[in-house]
Amino acid sequence: MIAQHMPIIQIILPLMAAPVCLIIRHPHVVWIWAVAISLLCLPISVSLLMQVMDTGTIVYELGGWAAPWGIEYRIDTLNAFVLVIVSAIGAVVMPYARRSVEKEIPVSRIYIFYSMMLLCQTGLMGIAITGDAFNLFVFLEISSLSSYVLISFGTDRRALTAAYRYLIMGTIGATFYIIGVGFMYSATGSLNIHDLSTLIPEMAGSRTVQAALAFLTVGLGLKVALFPLHMWLPNAYTYAPSAVTVFLAATATKVAVYALIRVTYTIFGTVDFLDIVPARDLLMGMALIAMFVGSAVAIYQVNIKRMLAYSSVAQIGYMILGLSFDTVNGVAAGIIHLFNHAMMKGGLFMVLGAVMYRIGSVHLHDMAGLGKKMPLTMAAFVGGGLSLIGVPLTVGFVSKWYLIQAALEKGWWPVATLIVVSSLMAVIYVWRVVEVIYMKPAGQAAENATEAPMSLLIPTWVLIGAAVYFGIDATTTVDVAVAAAEALLGGAR
Amino acid sequence: MAFPGLLNYWLIIGLMMIGFYIVIAHGNLIKKIVGLNVFQVSVFLLYITMGKVEGGTAPILAEGITAYSNPLPHVLILTAIVVGVATTSLGLALVVRIRNAYGSIEEDELDVQDDRP
Repeated sequence: MIAQHMPIIQIILPLMAAPVCLIIRHPHVVWIWAVAISLLCLPISVSLLMQVMDTGTIVYELGGWAAPWGIEYRIDTLNAFVLVIVSAIGAVVMPYARRSVEKEIPVSRIYIFYSMMLLCQTGLMGIAITGDAFNLFVFLEISSLSSYVLISFGTDRRALTAAYRYLIMGTIGATFYIIGVGFMYSATGSLNIHDLSTLIPEMAGSRTVQAALAFLTVGLGLKVALFPLHMWLPNAYTYAPSAVTVFLAATATKVAVYALIRVTYTIFGTVDFLDIVPARDLLMGMALIAMFVGSAVAIYQVNIKRMLAYSSVAQIGYMILGLSFDTVNGVAAGIIHLFNHAMMKGGLFMVLGAVMYRIGSVHLHDMAGLGKKMPLTMAAFVGGGLSLIGVPLTVGFVSKWYLIQAALEKGWWPVATLIVVSSLMAVIYVWRVVEVIYMKPAGQAAENATEAPMSLLIPTWVLIGAAVYFGIDATTTVDVAVAAAEALLGGAR
Repeated sequence: MAFPGLLNYWLIIGLMMIGFYIVIAHGNLIKKIVGLNVFQVSVFLLYITMGKVEGGTAPILAEGITAYSNPLPHVLILTAIVVGVATTSLGLALVVRIRNAYGSIEEDELDVQDDRP
């Protein structure tokens, strides 16, 4: 009975839990509540993924109204996987948040923080689970509005301008998305994604549908932070509280990438783009530029949080590059990287949260000599950094291996070379930090630093440990990603 | 095609571009939000126009009426209006806090202040 309603419970649980935080108000009790909810969400999404892998797509009709009139939740391998990513990161970030938040957010506002975190998680999981294009917009706005609030919690006043700029860019992106949905609706009379995927190909020649694709791609591109639409991301990640950066970096852009996959592969999957607009070629071009510009700018940053933010822009490039190949291996590589990047970037930002907690700064010069003062934390940074570069035995290697394979499969060896070269740029920016924390003597800021508390260390090592574990034993993630990619491309070819 | 033809679509696109231009061109944070509102409202109108059936009335069952306008876009836009209101209020709240922190709401002045910490 309950099992049948799992898909809706997944969303209702954090959605209802968020306002409860406002009633509880006590900072510590609210934290326990948020941790409990996020820990409950994880087994639900894992069981959904297992169910999908066993028995195929789950369709859940809200209120018993049949699609395409009613809203339906349609869970296949891909969204179940994205749900697991979001709920897993949520379950790791919430326990981590307590110490970090105590230090960075005034006590009187902590309960709002947890309420917003739960809402943000609701929105992100909602985007992943829903099978309705307009419903996706509503969830997109739930997650975006709560993330603007979360970013504005930052201690630096620049957090406010960062949140404001993200609000403007994000709203433009979301509005572009509904313009696209509106065009699709006026052409087909349907909002159901599954329904659209059968109706759109028949109308692919129509200018309205082509305009819809353009608006959807640009709108979601803003949310993905795909170069050159990434302008909001570096400041937002840099000035947001540490726990927020971890959560957003690991989930928000990933879910937007998922939405982009849905549009380009499910709705427009069987349309032969090259006849109409070279959408995938455009995506590939932007992805390649993102890989290089993101990495190149990252090399010159002294604020390490900002450095990792630019590195995110580059890593998003890899994901989109995988998607633009339009082959099972390429799309699978994109999906694998979605998961892998969530773990390594989440772990790395957690390290910076711990540094912030101990020395109150994440500037490169202040971090000098931390390798001796906080050995376990800094070891986690090295682990995450190696993964970012793509060293064998880390998850980064697995994603890049599949990405290069997909490029060679198409005979695009220049693209494969570019992937390798941009990885070498990651070596430079990771090494800069490693050199300073291990080789330089401790400066004034780091002099009295001690190892980070266990409540910060354990979540950090859970993510970095996962990044190593799934790098050694990649079969599970690769199987899921390949199954998802085959399902996406299966209908078409 | 008789008048008004596609006139309302042209007006909507005009409105859309005006709103978008204000967001991009103005440095005043409040004006940017007003521009964003104009931009969003043009999209609301796009949906409403789309749902209109020529000669159709409000979708209420009554004798002698056979043509109804499509109510679904109206419902969608009701949701979108709520989202728009939430975005506007959050945006304005942020502007208030920016004004408290910087003493200005002009974008170029904020940039100048951030450049010399």
